[in-house]
Amino acid sequence: MAETVVMLVDDEVPFVETMTKRLTRRNLTILSAYSGQEALEKLKEHKDVDVVILDVKMPGMDGIETLREIKREHPLVEVIMLTGHATVETAIEGMKLGAFDYLMKPCEVEQLVAKVQEAKAKKSQHERKIMEARIREITSRRGLD
Amino acid sequence: MAVFKKDGGEGPSGTFYASLRRNIFIVIVLVSCAPLLVVTGLIGYYFHTSYEAKVLAHLVELVERHKQTIDNFLYERLSGVALIARTFDFELLSREDFLREKLALLREEYGAIFVDLGLVSDQGIQIAYAGPFELRRAIYSDADWFKKAMKSQVFISDVFTGLRGMPHFIVAVKRTYGSREWILRATIDFVAFNSLVESTRIGTTGTAFIVNKEGEFQTKPRFETVVQKERIKELISTRLIDEKVGVFRQKDRMGHDFLCIMTPLKNGEWILIYQQDEEDAFADLYRARRWAFLIVFLGGVGIVVTSFILSRRMVNRIERAEREREMMNEQVIEAGKLASVGELAAGIAHEINNPVAIMVEEAGWIEDLLQEEEFQGSPNLEEFRRAVRQIQTQGKRCKEITHKLLSFARKTDPALKEVQLNDLIREVVSLCEQRARFSNVKVQLDLLPELPLVCASPSEMQQVLLNLINNALDAMEKTGGRLEIRTRIEGERVVVDVADTGCGIPQANLARIFDPFFTTKPVGKGTGLGLSICYGIINKMGGEITVQSSVGVGTVFHVKLPFGRRSGGGGCA
Repeated sequence: MAETVVMLVDDEVPFVETMTKRLTRRNLTILSAYSGQEALEKLKEHKDVDVVILDVKMPGMDGIETLREIKREHPLVEVIMLTGHATVETAIEGMKLGAFDYLMKPCEVEQLVAKVQEAKAKKSQHERKIMEARIREITSRRGLD
Repeated sequence: MAVFKKDGGEGPSGTFYASLRRNIFIVIVLVSCAPLLVVTGLIGYYFHTSYEAKVLAHLVELVERHKQTIDNFLYERLSGVALIARTFDFELLSREDFLREKLALLREEYGAIFVDLGLVSDQGIQIAYAGPFELRRAIYSDADWFKKAMKSQVFISDVFTGLRGMPHFIVAVKRTYGSREWILRATIDFVAFNSLVESTRIGTTGTAFIVNKEGEFQTKPRFETVVQKERIKELISTRLIDEKVGVFRQKDRMGHDFLCIMTPLKNGEWILIYQQDEEDAFADLYRARRWAFLIVFLGGVGIVVTSFILSRRMVNRIERAEREREMMNEQVIEAGKLASVGELAAGIAHEINNPVAIMVEEAGWIEDLLQEEEFQGSPNLEEFRRAVRQIQTQGKRCKEITHKLLSFARKTDPALKEVQLNDLIREVVSLCEQRARFSNVKVQLDLLPELPLVCASPSEMQQVLLNLINNALDAMEKTGGRLEIRTRIEGERVVVDVADTGCGIPQANLARIFDPFFTTKPVGKGTGLGLSICYGIINKMGGEITVQSSVGVGTVFHVKLPFGRRSGGGGCA
């Protein structure tokens, strides 16, 4: 199975750094961003990002806004919301906007990895379906000729 | 109110209540006593004057009648004697046996008050005499009565002792025989006359007596007279000039007021005087006055006692109400404080969450690193692992605490929207279904289709419904039962009934269930805020929440909300 590329977005630098180390150890490729804006920019460069782990509460562009942008520009990328709030409302809103799941900070790293894998699997499945659909389209097109 | 804060019964509020009590007391006493005194005084005054006038009039009439009686008596006797004098001539009357016969006739006619009968010549010598005394040939030429009798046709003398040494008075008739004049005289028994005069007795001190113009007594009064000789003379000249009856007051030697009434008798030669102690004359009036005083006094005492008790009780009640209000105020302030503490806690909890997350992650990283080859041989490896795990465990504990704090202090969105209550109810019920199943409670919805929208904050409305449903489930937790939620329209309002078949609320608690901090749950289980918050929310939305309950049967809460379409700043169109 292909390497999973994860982008970690949080304004707390130490958190991102440690998380990066820990997730890298668990065979994930980590890109880090310290704001919503930065995350969007990096996403444009790195088309291979599978999953974005997104903190809800950030200065400037907040999690929900960033999520909306990501989903608009990269609909296939799965997003896991990370929330410090216990406000379930934000999580629910996030899910409605297309987030894959949400976790509360601080969270078990194993749990996070599991969620990331699930998200990656979903994304892969999704991509495979798109691929199959395209192949079907191409083959049928050829058949028509 | 700030002035009287927290001092309890003492300090400024203590004196305040004392002065309040005093003021109420004084006002009640004044307001009740003033009319009592005024009315009593007025009635007393008018009653006194009119009664006095009446008594006086009565006495005057009595005295006049008495005067008439005495006058009649005298003139009857006089006319008796005159009749004899005119009927028989001098010759006949100078025979003593004839005179005796006529005396017997007179006594027969007028009673025993005629003592004797005598014929007196113009020289003052008694020519003939019939009577018990030896008075023949008695000489009256120097006697006062004889001189006066000779001057008029008929004459009644004053009382005098005379020759016989006993008080008596004389009735004399003058006749002419040829060229000579003679007088037929009769003596009237003083004792009989006295008893006639004295027959007027009223009360215990009323008595009548007669004086002549000089103030000399013509009868013997029963009691000591209050008017002295000189005073009588003075009164006769001042009071009886043209009046028929004179009334005056006189003090006796003891200082008692006496009522005196005088009237002339016998063409003004004698004066009939009636005297009576005022206390005796107005005995009824004074008795009435004593009763009135007693009643006013007792009434006054009653008013004072009542107003004392009343003012005390009233102020005590006010004081208690004030204290309760203060307590309530304190509770409200306390609640406000709690709310701000909650907000503060939420802020702190949020801020702390991130550092804790980082710490936990760092610990996790150490744990990850401990799995490297180089550490495997370390003798303290297990200790490191344990310590790191401990950090993570405690970090998680912090997380739980902050999450609890955050969820406790979480604010609901108070913005008003047009809400379909039916949807809201379904949503909330679905949240509680799990719990209802565990408690063996059957949930039954009876929702009116096409229910009008109401203007409410959805999240607050959710809170209210959830609270009511949770309470209902609490009530049926052990027994199971049926939870029924109905929506209906009542006038201009939408009504939500939340009915359970639980244990019910005792009557005593029913009035207090919406009070803040009132709870029947064990300490630590309930804050007593749930229903009071519901009450506040519903009130704020312009609605009403009421409750009906009977112990053992169940409880129904009615939430009534006005239809939507509220204009203005509420947030609804």
